[in-house]
Amino acid sequence: MSERINSAWSPSSREKERAQARKRISRKQAVVAAVSSIIVIGSLLTIVVTSPGWAVVKKTFFDINYGREVFPTVISGLWINLQLTFIGGACIGVIALGLALMRTTKSPALTPFRFLATAYVDIFRGAPLILIILLVGFGVPALRLHGISSNVIFLGTVAVVLTYSAYVAEVIRSGILSIHPSQRAAARSLGLTSGQTMRYVVLPQAIRRVVPPLLNDFVSLLKDTGLVSILGVTDAVRAAQINASRTFNYTPYVVAAILFLLITIPMTRYTDRAIRQRTNAQNAEGAI
Amino acid sequence: MSYVLELSHIRKSFGNELVLNDLSLSVQEHTATVLIGASGSGKSTLLRCINLLESIDDGQIFLDGVEISDPLINVDEVRRKLGMVFQSFNLFPHKTVLENITLAPIKVQLKSKEEAVDAAMTLLKRFDLADKADQYPDRLSGGQQQRVAIIRSLAINPRLLLLDEITSALDPVLVNEVLSIVRDLKSDGMTMVLATHEMGFATQVADEVCFLESGNILERGTAQEVLHNPKNLKTQDFLKRVHQAGRL
Ligand SMILES: Nc1ncnc2c1ncn2[C@@H]1O[C@H](COP(=O)(O)OP(=O)(O)OP(=O)(O)O)[C@@H](O)[C@H]1O
Ligand SMILES: [Mg+2]
Repeated sequence: MSERINSAWSPSSREKERAQARKRISRKQAVVAAVSSIIVIGSLLTIVVTSPGWAVVKKTFFDINYGREVFPTVISGLWINLQLTFIGGACIGVIALGLALMRTTKSPALTPFRFLATAYVDIFRGAPLILIILLVGFGVPALRLHGISSNVIFLGTVAVVLTYSAYVAEVIRSGILSIHPSQRAAARSLGLTSGQTMRYVVLPQAIRRVVPPLLNDFVSLLKDTGLVSILGVTDAVRAAQINASRTFNYTPYVVAAILFLLITIPMTRYTDRAIRQRTNAQNAEGAI
Repeated sequence: MSYVLELSHIRKSFGNELVLNDLSLSVQEHTATVLIGASGSGKSTLLRCINLLESIDDGQIFLDGVEISDPLINVDEVRRKLGMVFQSFNLFPHKTVLENITLAPIKVQLKSKEEAVDAAMTLLKRFDLADKADQYPDRLSGGQQQRVAIIRSLAINPRLLLLDEITSALDPVLVNEVLSIVRDLKSDGMTMVLATHEMGFATQVADEVCFLESGNILERGTAQEVLHNPKNLKTQDFLKRVHQAGRL
């Protein structure tokens, strides 16, 4: 049995020496890191700023006044990207879950669905997103089907949802497969049907396991919504493009990039933290 | 004489490996049948076949006279009558102790939540685990986890309880708290089939001991007969090795 921590403990002189030494070492490491960062970043900046074209680049990419001027149109474009991300994200979640369940089912009645789901995932995971966007965005309106909107925002969202559902389905499926068969055996031996076993035992654990990779995909989704600009949707990228081509000043692109980064960097930081916490928790759980 | 469980001429192989070969066994109500045998002799496989977690290659299995090895049988209904506790605990890590126990009563037996919780709490109190009801399994000791696993399988009021080396993942101190539950169940009249390496425990609870070797029951009888006066040379050899390992 473990001993209680003794509150009367005070560090020995040897331990005090070691603590001193550790402090010295870490101080030295901090100094080295700072110096090396200053040298590396400083020389990079110097190379850029002293380059022959810097004056021109500064004017065409980093024109602060122009940046301020285009900021409202770019940010209203970004609002489209965000809407696309959240509405698309919800659809993706539902479709991907369905695909993952179809691919992991063993029920013979669902064999054709399993086959179709596999084909679907293969196709949409294998084809470049930009091609899918072009095909859906220009192909579907050409069919002139009744009742199918030819709104580019709608079609762009559909294309992104089609592709991302395939990615996300694979992530969820890998989560389902990562649950140890003994969990299934235990549930079935209690009399739960295979559907109940999936719903109450396998899926909750699987989803928990894949939350971090799904957050990664969510960040990619936000970035990739920028691709629908090729259909003429006035999202942040397109708004920047319109302004840039009007004045031949590329500052709007930089504004758009910074706005995307302002959203994605906190998201990736959060994801990294979630992954770390998840790993720690799993280690505590041992083999399960 | 009617039996709770009857196995007749069971055959089971994995690939080229014949694990159970023409094995027959009958289990009477309110008795404990103990399976012993070397590692790999097929004890777990036999229990999994009874629970229909593995399909058999040949032979028949009857539960209360009904053939459950019939491919047309509803396996979920059969499993509701059988409780199984596994070698490693297999609790659901995302559910609390109480949720682990009430899942099957609520979803399978369609009991109301209150009823299921009441029944679960009664069992938890009886086995001294009431204070752990809201804990997650990974916060419990191995012995506590295994006791919860036993309670979970009792909560569906099984006709027959299958226990697969429920103490093999535990240190000797924890073994006793788990075995005392089994002793209690035995005195309650629960019908059980259990695989174990604990010969002392087998002596205490077994009405019949079966020694498994090369896919069949080589010797069977009371604990006194099989464990203390084995007739078969292989049984003697096995027990000698167990004895040397200090487990008798
Ligand atoms: N799913 C499987 N696939 C292939 N072979 C298997 C499978 N399950 C068990 N076996 C094999 O069947 C044989 C019997 O295994 P089983 O687990 O029933 O032994 P056991 O008597 O329970 O052993 P232990 O005392 O170590 O638990 C072993 O040789 C094992 O390798
Ligand atoms: Mg075993």
